[in-house]
Amino acid sequence: MADEIKMLKVTIDNITIEVPQGTTILQAARQIGGEVAPPAMCYYTKLKGSGGKCRTCLVEVSKGSEADPRPMPKLVASCRTGVMDGMEVKNITSGKVTDARNGVVEFLLLNHPLDCPVCDQAGECHLQDLSYSHGKEGTRYEFKRRTFEKHDLGPYIQLHMTRCILCYRCVFVADQVTGKRVHGVLSRGDHAEIATHIEQSLDNDFIGNVIDVCPVGALTDKTFRFKNRVWFTKPVDAHRDCPNCKGKVTLWQRGDEVLRVTGRKDQWGEVEDWICNTCRFEKKHVNDWVIEGPTKIDRHSVISQGHYTGLDKPKETFSAVHGGRAPKLLMDIHSVSEVNRPGIALSEIQGPATSDTFNIDKQA
Amino acid sequence: MGRKLLLEKAHIPGIRSYEVYRREGGYASVEKALRMAPADVVEEVKKSGLRGRGGAGFPTGMKWSFLAKPEGVPRYLVCNADESEPGTFKDRYLMEFIPHLLIEGLIAASWALGSNRTYIYIRGEYAWIVDILEQAIAEANANGWLGKNILGTGFDCQIYVQRGAGAYICGEETALIESLEGKRGNPRIKPPFPAVKGLWDCPTVVNNVETLAAVVPILNIGGEEYAKIGVGRSTGTKLISACGNINKPGVYEIDMNISVEEFIYSDEYCGGIAHGKRLKACIPGGSSVPILPANLLLKTAKGETRMMHYEGLADGGFATGSMMGSGGFIILDEDQCIVRHTLTLARFYRHESCGQCSPCREGTGWMEKILNKIEYGKGQLSDIDLLWDIQRKIEGNTICPLGDAAAWPVAAAIRHFRDEFEWHVKNPEESQQRNFGLAHYADALTTV
Ligand SMILES: Cc1cc2nc3c(=O)[nH]c(=O)nc-3n(C[C@H](O)[C@H](O)[C@H](O)COP(=O)(O)O)c2cc1C
Ligand code: SF4
Ligand code: SF4
Ligand code: FES
Repeated sequence: MADEIKMLKVTIDNITIEVPQGTTILQAARQIGGEVAPPAMCYYTKLKGSGGKCRTCLVEVSKGSEADPRPMPKLVASCRTGVMDGMEVKNITSGKVTDARNGVVEFLLLNHPLDCPVCDQAGECHLQDLSYSHGKEGTRYEFKRRTFEKHDLGPYIQLHMTRCILCYRCVFVADQVTGKRVHGVLSRGDHAEIATHIEQSLDNDFIGNVIDVCPVGALTDKTFRFKNRVWFTKPVDAHRDCPNCKGKVTLWQRGDEVLRVTGRKDQWGEVEDWICNTCRFEKKHVNDWVIEGPTKIDRHSVISQGHYTGLDKPKETFSAVHGGRAPKLLMDIHSVSEVNRPGIALSEIQGPATSDTFNIDKQA
Repeated sequence: MGRKLLLEKAHIPGIRSYEVYRREGGYASVEKALRMAPADVVEEVKKSGLRGRGGAGFPTGMKWSFLAKPEGVPRYLVCNADESEPGTFKDRYLMEFIPHLLIEGLIAASWALGSNRTYIYIRGEYAWIVDILEQAIAEANANGWLGKNILGTGFDCQIYVQRGAGAYICGEETALIESLEGKRGNPRIKPPFPAVKGLWDCPTVVNNVETLAAVVPILNIGGEEYAKIGVGRSTGTKLISACGNINKPGVYEIDMNISVEEFIYSDEYCGGIAHGKRLKACIPGGSSVPILPANLLLKTAKGETRMMHYEGLADGGFATGSMMGSGGFIILDEDQCIVRHTLTLARFYRHESCGQCSPCREGTGWMEKILNKIEYGKGQLSDIDLLWDIQRKIEGNTICPLGDAAAWPVAAAIRHFRDEFEWHVKNPEESQQRNFGLAHYADALTTV
């Protein structure tokens, strides 16, 4: 017989809901949804012990509980603080929180290389989202950003340590999802880094999941590297009969080509199921998969642009819009990015340029 | 002469050995404790008003009574001998010269808390003290104070010494526990607190060396008697490790009823400022607590004599006061440069941050770089405000108090010595050749 779960009343940004005992403030805020849900860079629901580190989810507890109404003296990490009955929380309604969060975002970006143009995570990077919403223009940091010695993590996973925010999610994945962890955090403070103690590849059965949990571009899929920009690929949900995992994935396609396979992510960017390395790295053919349909992507900024559901095609032609003038340069920018060849000078192209102008292989 | 309870016998020849220690009345508190119910020992410590000597000053008896006691789950006592706070070296002195006092206190406290396996986590650099402690533990074992069925009470207890590997952060109690478990020394996110889930997820009490040693005199003279020493909520005696520009650096035991002025200038303690120089500033409780300029050190903002106890040093809050902290008393004379000094501390905290949380990991490095710039004559006035803003964004927003400990010294230096920072910025060349000096911070020449 299940014990009756006690329901607790909590008010976040003036919205009151009831949640079962044991719910964290972050989870409660996510139930309300929208802006009320604090950003979370290190917490990951599926990973036990995660959270508390990045400090982006700090909130103000203006009333501790019905029993002890005193406010909490400091801002608390909402991902690791349990709801109490009658608790009142301020997230976007607290100036203190906004101030502290802007500070945290500044800290996270301080040593970040800002190499988004060459980063495979761009478009689905939580740090990118966060800096759009909370970042300042320009930086107050005038020193050299830190760099690290390169570590090779083997054929599947690419590490860019300069982008890492030390959320520890990948460490938890290796501990909790794979059989054995061979990487971790070495050193401490601002020289702490993700690495293997002795050069070693990460090829443990489920290790590919570190790529999905990494909120930034520190761990990316080597088999996808530089193949395309995420927002040009089309995500579809697919599955296969897999002996190791549930085989439920998202395929990132360009035409018929499967460029990348990832776990399916929910609206908070968390995977629904872990997937195995075989599904992720080996099954790169459409025939390997049963396609279910386009993936729903709500919250995340840039990727949703490559995602055409519910979009009306314009009725006018391009030249109609331009008052009969034929455009000189019409690029299929999707293809441009694939073949972005600096050798081709745009000014020297005669007439309208199309993807074929750039795609020398196809021309031949 | 103040009363000595901890170091009274530390200078008796041979006191390090069991024979001499026992002859001088050692282990009497264990005999006494083991005849009492554990809860009564806790009660005695509560009555004494003893506050943690590790830095935070939390009432020890209260901490002990919070220890969860679920059926069938072991409980642990862990002695924090990590002592890595710059300026603090009192625990080393105690363990080095009178190791049996700590062992005795540990046994009595283990009985009170029901800990059958008690650990001393000691900073790695104290290698020779490990040998001293191991020797004392072996002697205590050989004489029936440790092991099985101690004094026929049925109580089993063993003490283990574990060396750290040189990280300041492993002095933070939850990082210490992680390290003791063989993991990376990252502080845990609280709650749960160690009293509920500590070592190997069992209820655990972590106490400082001096705190645990103080249990011995408390049991010997009684909690009430102990509480009569000192003033108000600052009961008993306190070890102060005094260093910097003073005539007599060293470890002093004070009863917390003397003035800061007496402590600095009397021959019984620091013996005045070295080389006849004048006092500029002081960090009264280890590197993490706010620095005070001379004028606010000797007298409070209200013009009262500042006393050497928890409330006295904290008088005025952070605006005009500081903290007792770990008792690391660092004196700076007129030749010392506050900017350079603050840079040194910032470098320390940058180096010692565990790197788990973003404000501390990134902020400590940033502050060090800016201070470095100012110190080397390349600063701008806006850098001072930037420093202030950075420390403000670290403080209170981190997992463990190391973030605060990194922020406070910078905040206090700017708060009290802003013109010195500005002078550095405005006189980049001159500041490379000489120090700012004393200006209006100078002490009124003292008479003690
Ligand atoms: C960064 C940091 C370092 C610390 N280092 C020490 C230490 O070296 N020794 C110590 O006793 N307490 C240290 N503490 C305090 C401990 O966390 C803990 O509060 C103390 O051991 C409790 O003992 P007490 O109640 O007897 O003071 C440190 C705290 C922090 C945040
Ligand atoms: S590599 Fe990615 S997942 Fe791992 S700690 Fe860094 S940011 Fe987090
Ligand atoms: S405050 Fe600093 S030392 Fe403490 S947990 Fe955070 S990063 Fe580590
Ligand atoms: S998500 Fe809560 S601290 Fe990182």
